[in-house]
Amino acid sequence: MRRNPKDSQDGQRRLTRRALVMGGLQAGFIGLLGLRMRFLQVEQADEFRLLAEENRINIRLIPPARGQIFDRNGAVIAENVPSYRITMVREDAGDMELVLRRLSALVDITPEEIERARADLEKLRGDTPVTIADRVSWEEISRVAVNGPALPGVTPEVGLSRHYPSGPDFAHVVGRVGPVSDFDLSRIEDPDPLLRIPRFQIGKVGVEAEAEELLRGKAGIKRVEVNAAGRVMRELDRREGHAGGNLQLSVDSDLQEFVQARLGNQSAAAVVMDCETGDLLAVASSPSYDPNLFVRGISVGDYASLTENEYRPLVPKTVQGLYPPGSTFKMVTALAALEAGIVTADETVYCPGHLEVAGRRFHCWKRAGHGSMDLESSLRESCDVYYYDLALKVGIEKISEMARRLGLGVAFDVPMSSVKAGVAPTKAWKMERFGQDWVIGDTVNASIGQGYVLTSPLQLAVMSARIATGRSVTPRLIKSVDGMEQPTGHGEDMGLDPGNLRQVRRAMFSVSNNRRGTAYASRILTDEFRMAGKTGTSQVRNITADERRRGITRNEDLPWDRRDHALFVNFAPFDAPRIAVSVVVEHGGGGSAVAAPIARDVTLQALYDGNPPLDAYPAKDRSRIKALQDRLRREREAREKEAQGRA
Amino acid sequence: MSYLEYTVKYVPAGPRKLLYLNWPVALLLVAVASVGFLMLYSVAGGSFSPWAEPQMKRFAAGFVLMVIVAMVPIWFWRNVAAVAYGASILLLFGVEFFGSVGMGAQRWIDLGIIRLQPSEVTKITLVMLLAAYYDWLPMKKVSHPLWVALPVFFILLPTALVLMQPDLGTSLLLVVGGGAMMFLAGVHWAYFAAVIAAGIGLVAAVFESRGTSWQLLKDYQYRRIDTFLDPSQDPLNAGYHITQSKIALGSGGWAGKGFMQGTQSRLNFLPEKHTDFIFTTLAEEFGFVGAASLLLLYALIIVFCVISALNNKDRFSSLLIFGIALTFFLFFAVNMSMVMGLAPVVGVPLPLVSYGGSAMLVLMAAFGLVQSAHVHRPR
Repeated sequence: MRRNPKDSQDGQRRLTRRALVMGGLQAGFIGLLGLRMRFLQVEQADEFRLLAEENRINIRLIPPARGQIFDRNGAVIAENVPSYRITMVREDAGDMELVLRRLSALVDITPEEIERARADLEKLRGDTPVTIADRVSWEEISRVAVNGPALPGVTPEVGLSRHYPSGPDFAHVVGRVGPVSDFDLSRIEDPDPLLRIPRFQIGKVGVEAEAEELLRGKAGIKRVEVNAAGRVMRELDRREGHAGGNLQLSVDSDLQEFVQARLGNQSAAAVVMDCETGDLLAVASSPSYDPNLFVRGISVGDYASLTENEYRPLVPKTVQGLYPPGSTFKMVTALAALEAGIVTADETVYCPGHLEVAGRRFHCWKRAGHGSMDLESSLRESCDVYYYDLALKVGIEKISEMARRLGLGVAFDVPMSSVKAGVAPTKAWKMERFGQDWVIGDTVNASIGQGYVLTSPLQLAVMSARIATGRSVTPRLIKSVDGMEQPTGHGEDMGLDPGNLRQVRRAMFSVSNNRRGTAYASRILTDEFRMAGKTGTSQVRNITADERRRGITRNEDLPWDRRDHALFVNFAPFDAPRIAVSVVVEHGGGGSAVAAPIARDVTLQALYDGNPPLDAYPAKDRSRIKALQDRLRREREAREKEAQGRA
Repeated sequence: MSYLEYTVKYVPAGPRKLLYLNWPVALLLVAVASVGFLMLYSVAGGSFSPWAEPQMKRFAAGFVLMVIVAMVPIWFWRNVAAVAYGASILLLFGVEFFGSVGMGAQRWIDLGIIRLQPSEVTKITLVMLLAAYYDWLPMKKVSHPLWVALPVFFILLPTALVLMQPDLGTSLLLVVGGGAMMFLAGVHWAYFAAVIAAGIGLVAAVFESRGTSWQLLKDYQYRRIDTFLDPSQDPLNAGYHITQSKIALGSGGWAGKGFMQGTQSRLNFLPEKHTDFIFTTLAEEFGFVGAASLLLLYALIIVFCVISALNNKDRFSSLLIFGIALTFFLFFAVNMSMVMGLAPVVGVPLPLVSYGGSAMLVLMAAFGLVQSAHVHRPR
């Protein structure tokens, strides 16, 4: 085709014109892009730079190491041990199933754990680390680390977890830690940001909970660079926090171990107190449980078996258990009467086996009656009528006041959970509590530690220590904090007449050293360590007139929870008291048969610093003591061997 | 015989043609591609794999392809324009019915060596066809409605096929590119005014109809528009890309954070950092200076193409050069607008810089046409 040159020239001109328009538009748009660039990169640069930094930098808390807890001799009660766990990130794993299969060949994981991990891996975002196995052994973690290249996305991690080396022995004193819960958070005003860390461990009960602030420490802070998935790429800087404070308890762990073992599987509690400082040398409650189970995460079955046990293994009975003190309260009634000047130690009361008060008959435990009783013989043989008579003369208010001076009905400030005050009843108390007037029968019941009187084993030990020293000794559980000695519970003189105290102590001495004493069978034979004590057998129900007539009140015939509590309080050595002890065996039967031998064994163990000679015990008890000592020695040796093996 | 054929005897022949290539354009292409290698090396964390090395090989192959295309006389390309266009329409039909689906909407044809995206090829063959058409059409008839309707059909046919894929970005590029060809060829401006007015009216109608009974778009489509207009409304999903991209750009500042120091890209805050969003990495690490320099390189390529086209007395050649330069312009303009928050996120790569094989080969072949037109221009 031949082209018209004119046509061609016209087309050329128009093309050039249009091309210039087009070029102009393009130049304009490029200019616009340049302006936009300038706007973003020059004018708004600071703002975006800040945003980029916010993207990149994350502030993370460094959890502090929790303070450790030691006994009075420096033995570890609660420590932090490295714990290893294996986490996996799905995104990085590639073939998840293959990696899980390889992992289960290296590490001991149950199929259920694998199943749970797989569910988590599929449910959560691909970049979230999921814990595959917790608390794996060092050997397993090493195997995983060595095989790292074959296990993409799998990371062995090290953390600290709480460990209680003596297991159940201190469960009721030190308590345990557990992951912080929503309930915990709701109770705390303005909680430490640390508590917001998922599964952060805090004290749940016992010293761990009561001294939480001290043990927790201060969090450190680190700034890390993260990628878009939130994974930490590197650490930019860090400010270390402070580890929690170390606590030293007044408890002697060897003694504690002995007392727990001595209480065995009975539902019982025992407290051993230093008369000089008020130091609690042993605070035992049985049955106990292994707090390490809770740290690991207790199974539903194990937990149910703890809560459904009628011996209540989760309850620290030393401070939360409240029992009618029974005859161990007679020292209170006696001291109240002596201090009031109403009676003297030598005055006698005739016991015919019962006392008629306001048309009601109150029985002595000995139906035939004790005959003529003075202070020493009445306490020694635990005559009830003598104390009925004293109480009627001195009145409930004086008795109640004396009880409180001796530590009964008082909530002591020891760092254990829910320390109970108990009851030292007064007329006003009954009116407030029940809206009823006090009747004379209430006074009669209170005089022998029945009726409204309720005390804890801790209070009974304090009472014993106060009678022994005449000072208001108070219990001390925390000996030192980070090496700083805490004030002792030595206490001031109570202002009681020394003569009256001496009379009561002498009477207590004959309880366990006079052939007719209720605790003579559980005496200490070594002269320098003679002990003074008092038995108690407190009823948990009323004995009906019908039962009395038929005479079937044998404890063994009753269901366990309706049997009498067995109690015993004592101090030793008699001449220069060093320790005070209380023992309560719930529904154990008689104080002299059940509680007194335990208290004696515990006392000897404490006085001889763990190595009492067999000839300190009455001959009939020696083989049993020997067997217990041998068992404990074997257990300790086995534990030490295991600890060495671990190290 | 056309004017072109009269002057064939002045056209260089044989290996001498190499000397007559448009070397400024060729060198600028190498420069832009090198920026791409640098950035791909950087986003891989200072490594030639997995992106920089294959990209370099492909560019080398593309450069050879460009030279080969440039050696073939331009009149050959004019003669095969209609065939090329027809073939690409067939390919579009092919992927519509036989092609495999990958990466959402993009459809490929696997040629064994490379996987070809017919919509990429169509952008160039459409330009070739329109250039050939207006070279053939006498000037008098250019604005005649019948002769206007025909190229409109040429444009809308592939546009409709691409739209069905669905690939809104590419179909818009086809319409704009084709329309620009018609404008350059001298079609009366009133047609364009009418189309632009109708377009504005349609956009207004779309917005006005929202929430009424005659709503023109689906709800999710409106939400996409909302996200474009205000990305902070939806920071985690669709808005995330554009927000992070602007943060990367802005935090680069005047001189940038330094090579391989871009935190946004290195820490994976940037999506698609090696493909569509590679410009943000450049802007973050080299700042305004680096970003503006790349823009300048692109602008220079356009300028040298426009000079070459204006000096070419052959109508087909100069229309073809204008058309290809414009297509190239649309690529980088849309991509940069997108990462700078001026346009919605549509999948348009940054030409020669973004990682990707077939787009680069097609583009280098197109520049081969530009070179051929330059080498074989009437003298």
